[in-house]
Amino acid sequence: MTDTLTPVLTANWGDERAWTLPAYAATGGYDALDVALGMAPEDVQTMVKDSGLRGRGGAGFPTGVKWGFLPPPDPENPKPRYLVVNADESEPGTCKDIPLMMASPHTLVEGVIISSYAIRAERAFIYVRGEVLHVVRRLRAAVREAYEAGHLGTNIHGSGYDLELVVHAGAGAYICGEETALLDSLEGRRGQPRLRPPFPAVAGLYASPTVINNAESIASVPAIVKNGADWFAGMGTEKSAGVGIFSLSGHVKRPGQYEAPLGITLRTLIDLAGGIREGHELKFWTPGGSSTPLFTQEHLDVTLDFEGVAAAGSMLGTRALQIFDDSVCVVRAVLRWTEFYKHESCGKCTPCREGTWWLVQVLERLEKGQGSPEDLDLLLDQCDNILGRSFCALGDGATSPITSSIQYFRDEYLAHLEQGGCPFDAKKSTAWAEAVQ
Amino acid sequence: MTDVTVKIDGQDVTVPEGTLVIRAAEEAGIEIPRFCDHPLLAPVGACRQCLVDIPDAGNGRGFPKPQASCTIPVAEGMVVETQNTTAVKAQQGIMEFLLVNHPLDCPVCDKGGECPLQNQAMSHGQGETRFEGTKRTFPKPINLSPNVLLDRERCIVCQRCTRFAAEIPGDPGIALIQRGAQQQIGIAEDKPFSSYFSGNVIQICPVGALTSDDYRFRARPFDLVSTPGVAEHDACGAAIRIDHRRGKVMRRLAGNDPEVNEEWISDKDRFGFRYAVRDRLTSPMIRENGELRPASWLEAVAVAAQGLAGAGSVGVLPGGRLTLEDAKAYAAFARDTLRTPHLDFRSRPLSEEETGFLRSRVAGTTVTYADLDAADHVVLVGLEPEDEAGTLFLRLRKANRAGLRITTLSPYASEGSRKLGAQVVLTAPGAEKDALSQVSGVTEASVILVGERLATSPGAYSAAAELADRTGARLAWVPRRAGDRGAVEADLLPGENGLDAEAMVRAGLDALVIAGVDPDDTADPAAFLAALDQAGFVVSLEQRVTAVTERADVVLPVATASEKAGTFVTWEGRRRPFEKVFDKPAAYSDAEVLGHITAELSLVGPESAGVADETVVSSPTTTDSAATTTDSAGFRLATWRLMLDNGTLQSGDKALAATARPAFVRIPAALHAELGDVVTITGDRGSWTLPALPAEMADSTVWVPTNSFGRGVWADLASPGSTVTVEGAQ
Ligand SMILES: Cc1cc2nc3c(=O)[nH]c(=O)nc-3n(C[C@H](O)[C@H](O)[C@H](O)COP(=O)(O)O)c2cc1C
Ligand code: SF4
Ligand code: SF4
Ligand code: FES
Repeated sequence: MTDTLTPVLTANWGDERAWTLPAYAATGGYDALDVALGMAPEDVQTMVKDSGLRGRGGAGFPTGVKWGFLPPPDPENPKPRYLVVNADESEPGTCKDIPLMMASPHTLVEGVIISSYAIRAERAFIYVRGEVLHVVRRLRAAVREAYEAGHLGTNIHGSGYDLELVVHAGAGAYICGEETALLDSLEGRRGQPRLRPPFPAVAGLYASPTVINNAESIASVPAIVKNGADWFAGMGTEKSAGVGIFSLSGHVKRPGQYEAPLGITLRTLIDLAGGIREGHELKFWTPGGSSTPLFTQEHLDVTLDFEGVAAAGSMLGTRALQIFDDSVCVVRAVLRWTEFYKHESCGKCTPCREGTWWLVQVLERLEKGQGSPEDLDLLLDQCDNILGRSFCALGDGATSPITSSIQYFRDEYLAHLEQGGCPFDAKKSTAWAEAVQ
Repeated sequence: MTDVTVKIDGQDVTVPEGTLVIRAAEEAGIEIPRFCDHPLLAPVGACRQCLVDIPDAGNGRGFPKPQASCTIPVAEGMVVETQNTTAVKAQQGIMEFLLVNHPLDCPVCDKGGECPLQNQAMSHGQGETRFEGTKRTFPKPINLSPNVLLDRERCIVCQRCTRFAAEIPGDPGIALIQRGAQQQIGIAEDKPFSSYFSGNVIQICPVGALTSDDYRFRARPFDLVSTPGVAEHDACGAAIRIDHRRGKVMRRLAGNDPEVNEEWISDKDRFGFRYAVRDRLTSPMIRENGELRPASWLEAVAVAAQGLAGAGSVGVLPGGRLTLEDAKAYAAFARDTLRTPHLDFRSRPLSEEETGFLRSRVAGTTVTYADLDAADHVVLVGLEPEDEAGTLFLRLRKANRAGLRITTLSPYASEGSRKLGAQVVLTAPGAEKDALSQVSGVTEASVILVGERLATSPGAYSAAAELADRTGARLAWVPRRAGDRGAVEADLLPGENGLDAEAMVRAGLDALVIAGVDPDDTADPAAFLAALDQAGFVVSLEQRVTAVTERADVVLPVATASEKAGTFVTWEGRRRPFEKVFDKPAAYSDAEVLGHITAELSLVGPESAGVADETVVSSPTTTDSAATTTDSAGFRLATWRLMLDNGTLQSGDKALAATARPAFVRIPAALHAELGDVVTITGDRGSWTLPALPAEMADSTVWVPTNSFGRGVWADLASPGSTVTVEGAQ
């Protein structure tokens, strides 16, 4: 059952002008909204909880349960409640929210309206990564269309429910995808993670009760409302229900977004993507973006659900499958990722700020073949001093590629030292390698 | 609040619920290393130095990873290990990271020897670093303000400075900028860090990243001798520490007194101390053939005694900077030795109403800082705490952030009022009496704080007393000077049929004994100087050359606060004793000098020393002559002193002066729109053309800083309580 594609979110992506309201409506768009508005908000919440939908932003926290953390509305202290959609998508390899918003922004907008209704929010925000201006424009156009059609604004569909939706463009920082840094950024401050407690459900945006969900999580809600909790729960695995978008990038023949039930394997996905690049073999891959420990050939049959990946020593994360074939030097790849973390570290806490600065220098040395075998132990010890010591998960994530690559490819690191440099020809790993030869 | 018992390093500790683990450990005498943590600032958990192992969170389960003890509250049954292998490994790991980009220039760093980073690297670090790479560098140092410099290489971005600025005085203006290893403390391009309390960031910086232009490279901590002291710049009684080397003060730091200033002091308290060495009088002087000449103590004291003994009427003006001991000495000197009732410490506009108020409502009373915390409402009248009482300002702001309601009756909505979260009742000078009768929400749990400016507002002191009586609220008087309250306690006020300071000036007394009075501070500087010229005999007890010493017949040098022991009495009524910092054999306190004169007078003969002259007609001072004559074209003149201005005790401290806020006149916004940024203000004593800012203001009122221009408002512009005209300046 878990070996076929199940297009739900991606179903209409190929439609003519799929991003416009008429095209979306033609496929039954905004019907789910009517269904939801006909229900009590609590019942919509229950439905999402029963569907088993888990957060698609990386941590996999059950979405309906998260909504339930909001304090009950208090007439004594009528603070506004907010829904904030995390569409910052900056994790290396992750490429699902942006294509989704590009191809079918109304799916997300409808999800926002239903979810806001479920949690009784009267104002919602979509925080979009700043670099993708084309997506921001498309999303804004969709929001405008939705307002004009009466899906947003006051008295939506005659239900008496009001909602304002704001699309906010970030300024380009990975850390602003971390939910509390996102809130600071949305409030106009410098994006740095906040101390918890208080948790966003209690004091989030402007110190008011706030739900923050990933764009894909929210975009999944209309289909659940339309087709029922059981329909969604019936897909995927028992604990990792439903479908999700798997983004395959790198050395496969047809990179792209593959929507499939959770629990599918990379072996199946690679088949769907036309296989590994001609004449090469899979060497290593990330199951959930660069912050999740690397996998290798031996993990081809690991079921890609939260439990399966965790049992194999990594994390499902955002299902960002970056595929590297045997032309790639793992040391080089890890150095590039580490440079990313150094560049993106917000600077708040010591281990991440200083640790990534130092890690890069040790890796650079190793890549050039100038280090020593002890440097590998040094790297592992540095990672040990960062992991679980940093303020947020960015610092933890920075250690994943390093520790896992040393675990699986220690010899390759040592080969750099033996040869006094990188044994690989970097040109061979490029997409244009054939043409060059 | 319920108590919680936790086990830290095997020791049971019982603390109130909500206590942070790092604080609970302190209770047990266990010091966890830390940098960003500061007990008076909200936790951030940024540096991660305080990591500890928590094998049991109180629910039987432990944390899988070390936890930051400065952000995690205790829980019943929690088990904390601060020194096991996990904790030590975590702490050493963070310390090693902190030193990766640190320049390790301790040998040339001001903080070396008293540096938390240096000390904790020794106590909790590994000794050797494994880092062999390239350190991040920055050009150094850069100015955050004219006085505060930042060395970004040394900074460990713990955010103590930025949190202090935002939370304590409410003066943001320094903030984190950039990210990653480039993250640094910055200021807006066109705006330096501006705060009356900026020096505190230097003191709480856990490394040598922040230094003052004032002290930078001047001394090493281990060469300094420290003496605790009490700040002499206002009536707040802030605890300070005076660090000196070979008889010279090198710097002053905040002392830690939870009941008074906590760990903060104003920049004036910190950087204002060079007055004590500049233009000092070094020997007694006597006037001979119209010229002052140095004299021996014996000779000068004899001349002083002779002159006083021969005078028919003597007035004593001892000023407001005395210690309680000196104040008592003046009281005894006037009453018992000279037997004159003409005694008054006030060297600024005053009123007869005030004399009664001080005696009946201030002397012997106590209202403490803690009472402010406990109050339900604090009403300020004629008082601008941010400028006039720094410690009080910070305590009020803290209380307000904890929920205290503050109302201020003030001529304009000042920045200081905004930082206090105060509700401003716009009140023109002179209108305080009526405004007080309308203040609502005052209960027996409230506190009314009145400033000395109310002396120029007829009926205001009485209205404040009446409000207190009617509601049961407590009442306190907050003067500007360190010795003012002590002077009230010593009753340095006119006795029966005695003249107050202003009346003495008018009365033409035969002789005057004057100490620490700047004529320009008085209600009528010209009249004061004329009175000096007319008086047959003037004895001046002074630290420095002043307009008074220049006109005196006998000048007797006295010790500064650091050269004698003594007691200041705070506005609260709290006694603040302090020790002598320097033992200078020739530096006598006022009391000692008065003792010498008294001894000499007893030789001259007690009968002739009984100089009180009943023929002097007592003409008590009233301020209504000026205050209530509102001529329709005029603006009422509101004024107080900015914390940093032309005050004598700030002279010589260049770095401090450079941080003073630019002085502006405040005029009503509508008038500003009409007249523009520069206005000419004309009063009965002169005219000033000054830069003006618009303000939300009481009707027909302008505000001018008292002592920021020329010789000050009373000398150069207008008489207290008068009206002025305002015109646009071309
Ligand atoms: C450094 C960092 C970056 C993150 N970036 C994103 C992001 O771009 N998009 C996202 O949805 N979640 C991101 N997250 C996770 C969010 O903090 C949060 O868990 C998520 O938005 C919750 O939504 P969900 O419950 O729907 O998954 C990031 C977390 C970290 C630590
Ligand atoms: S781990 Fe620390 S420095 Fe890194 S991004 Fe998170 S808070 Fe910022
Ligand atoms: S300057 Fe000092 S107090 Fe401020 S962040 Fe840096 S180390 Fe901390
Ligand atoms: S002292 Fe606890 S994190 Fe800095």
